[in-house]
Amino acid sequence: MTLNMGPQHPSTHGVLRIILQIDGETVLRAEPDIGYLHKGIEKSCENLLYAQVVPLTDRIDYLAPMSNNLVYSMAVEKLLGLEIPERAQWLRVLLVELTRINNHLVWLATTGLELGAMSVFLYCFREREEILNLFELCSGQRMMTSFIRPGGLALEPPREFYPRLRAFLETMPSRIDEYEDLLTENRIWIARTRGVGTLSADDAIAYSLTGPNLRASGVQFDLRKQSPYCSYEKFDFEVPTRSEGDCYARYIVRIEEMRQSLRIIDQALRGLPEGPVKADAPGVVLPDREKMKTDMETLIYHFKIVVDGFKPPAGEVYLPIESPKGEVGCYLVSDGTEKPARMRWRGPSLFNVQVLEKLLPGHLISDAIAILASIDFVLGEVDR
Amino acid sequence: MGLPPDPAADDSALLQSLLSAFPDSGIVGATANHELTVVSPPSLIPDLLQWLRDGVTPPYRMLADLTAVDLFPREPRFEVVYHLLALDHGQRVRIKTRVSADAPVVPSVVFLWPAAGMLEREVFDLFGIQFAGHPNLKRLLMPNDWQGHPLRKDYPVEGER
Repeated sequence: MTLNMGPQHPSTHGVLRIILQIDGETVLRAEPDIGYLHKGIEKSCENLLYAQVVPLTDRIDYLAPMSNNLVYSMAVEKLLGLEIPERAQWLRVLLVELTRINNHLVWLATTGLELGAMSVFLYCFREREEILNLFELCSGQRMMTSFIRPGGLALEPPREFYPRLRAFLETMPSRIDEYEDLLTENRIWIARTRGVGTLSADDAIAYSLTGPNLRASGVQFDLRKQSPYCSYEKFDFEVPTRSEGDCYARYIVRIEEMRQSLRIIDQALRGLPEGPVKADAPGVVLPDREKMKTDMETLIYHFKIVVDGFKPPAGEVYLPIESPKGEVGCYLVSDGTEKPARMRWRGPSLFNVQVLEKLLPGHLISDAIAILASIDFVLGEVDR
Repeated sequence: MGLPPDPAADDSALLQSLLSAFPDSGIVGATANHELTVVSPPSLIPDLLQWLRDGVTPPYRMLADLTAVDLFPREPRFEVVYHLLALDHGQRVRIKTRVSADAPVVPSVVFLWPAAGMLEREVFDLFGIQFAGHPNLKRLLMPNDWQGHPLRKDYPVEGER
């Protein structure tokens, strides 16, 4: 029988359609049908100035917006050959790790919800509220922050941000312990996730999986350690890896990653260097905002940059970072004009959805829900 | 700087071994922005990528990305771009091939990496480039009955309506 797990479904984590061939309750074949959230972001970018692309990047993986901002900003900076000041780099690490916790909280919440653990959903979103409040304090926006821009950050975070972040760091570890208390040794959780959706390391590599999905299958590969970017080499953290490759392993890896992210944020907060948060890049970086409000030349300068943009030299870069879902890569081609010739977004979610054709067959429909939840994709990134 | 570290000096070594493994094949390579780009004729792509995946140390085991760029009005118009990743030390290489609009066909690499399945479908959908040997080359993101290929430069950003 062919069953349509249609685009409107509470458990598909977005508008994903999976065409299931089933025999009784066992899935024989699964074909993902995507494109329901295709917004034409890559096409739009070819008609926007480089700085105007930043808000669009937020909306690709909308659960990890700062991560997306970072990958695009770093790609532009590589094209331009910009040096980013240390304080900006450390703040970027801090914010991106906060985004990683944000993403994993949503993942844990929705996975718990799919498998019946509704309290986990509510608890995770309670913590997420505080992270969103922190983002709002920095950038004025809870989700679509557009805070990390080519050249550094948009603004210096306000003074209240740091003590509030410190308070968050004090409470968060015990909250993660709470989630683990509820789930890690829970017989129902283990029955629903252990041995379900097992993916071998070779298959994970053949399907180009990266991030927690790859690490849960035994391949210790994390771009933050392998090819450190944005000052990650200065931080001391571990990369959790498991070898079983099932849903339970993916759960453990992500829980551990949340703890490691807290470690990184703590180190960033303690050792944050002084300095500017924007690069010294005339023509690329907007001038100081307060000065712009009173000084005519600064205002004219601001106007010129916003309206005319900047022209990176012709060339191409592929810039990968370790975002919460895996490797996000921005392949940016510049033809020397102020608009990108091609902005290709390599999002891990597409690969995460594609591997479903390999993972789902042979499992029950209820296992299919568990696998969908554990793989962690977001349709904005799948479809762009 | 905050950017990933420079590739090892192996980059030019890789190019040299590539040129000696595929002599007189029309392959050229260059490094720019600390990234090695190799341009190859379309017919050589499956052999070249297989050689990179299996026959090199370290092996470029993962297909990080497969995409295309429309360079209209330059001829040949389309560039199909493959990004490969060697997991051992994180080295990367970019392989490109160029096809024109009259014969936009490139051999498929789905037999090397199943991940290429949806990636090639997306390039077909948005650029109109055919991948010879792909078992299921149909549109991915646009509706099945869509006319035109949206990421081509001569396709308006508002859509044809």
